Amino acid sequence: MDILDQISAKQARDSVPEFNIGDTVHVDVRVVEGGRKRVQVFQGTVIQRRGSGIHETFTVRKISQGVGVERVFPLHSPNVSSIKVIRMGRVRRAKLYYLRKLKGKAARIAERTEKGRR
Amino acid sequence: MVGLIGKKIGMTQVFEENGTVVPVSVIQAGPCPVVQVKTKEKDGYSAVQIAFEEIRPTRSNLPGLGHFRKAGLPPCRHLQEFRVDNPEGFEPGQIVDISIFKDVPMVNVVGRTKGKGYQGVVKRHGFHGGKKTHGSMSHRIPGSIGMAAYPARVLKGTKLPGRMGHKRMNVSNLKVVQIDVENNILLVRGAVPGARNTILRVTVSPSNQKERVRKSNG
Repeated sequence: MDILDQISAKQARDSVPEFNIGDTVHVDVRVVEGGRKRVQVFQGTVIQRRGSGIHETFTVRKISQGVGVERVFPLHSPNVSSIKVIRMGRVRRAKLYYLRKLKGKAARIAERTEKGRR
Repeated sequence: MVGLIGKKIGMTQVFEENGTVVPVSVIQAGPCPVVQVKTKEKDGYSAVQIAFEEIRPTRSNLPGLGHFRKAGLPPCRHLQEFRVDNPEGFEPGQIVDISIFKDVPMVNVVGRTKGKGYQGVVKRHGFHGGKKTHGSMSHRIPGSIGMAAYPARVLKGTKLPGRMGHKRMNVSNLKVVQIDVENNILLVRGAVPGARNTILRVTVSPSNQKERVRKSNG
């Protein structure tokens, strides 16, 4: 397995920012539009993290113009140029699929503070 | 052209520059020392015999030891032959390594598939099986296997349950994704037969040649 780890290590990003399920994150995505490169922003709530190592992905959900939009990003993809945590959320589940059924006030997530219980 | 003996390490994924995820099989290919060069005059056909994975002399038998000593090599676990049109330029003791796959777009890989044991026709031959409900009592049975009084036997080659897997399998035209000459690691797109540590036979795909011809023509 050692060789596999070495190959993945070469692919992996140097430092993975620490973020958890329920956090609101700001993801910078590189997109190519007709040969022109630019950075697109996707900001929303992390509703799942799955996989491990180089295979790990995370899903970000946001409400865009009244429509729920979810995007799955490979954590180590070169297209994900940066991940910033905007706000930490206090949740009691590893997968926040229940948010899909909720909207408005009901879909809020309590903020997690350093002091407070998780 | 001569190929290499390799070992399946496992699978992982790599990112392309544009972010596309490519599933890859990791193969430890070579280095393989040439043990014997067979010529048309002497052996009736021309081929190059190469070895893989050195072992301690005590692990080898005496005929094996002698065979390797002739080439001035330590005994190895695996021996394989590759037919070549012209064996000139190959000498016993010479090392064939992964650099032969440099600038090669595609390779063929031969290996032994995972053994699945005794399997029914649905898994083994892809039969659809019967209905699961509506009073059906034939869920995964093969159904009719032939005619009646004539021929009064089951035709040869009829697809029936039996041992599945653990067979030689050739996967053609696997794209070479990466080559690590230093560590003898080959990354090819997609799956190769067998479990981890399966011994594989890696050759340059003949269709590379066709590709080149097509390009030069048009």
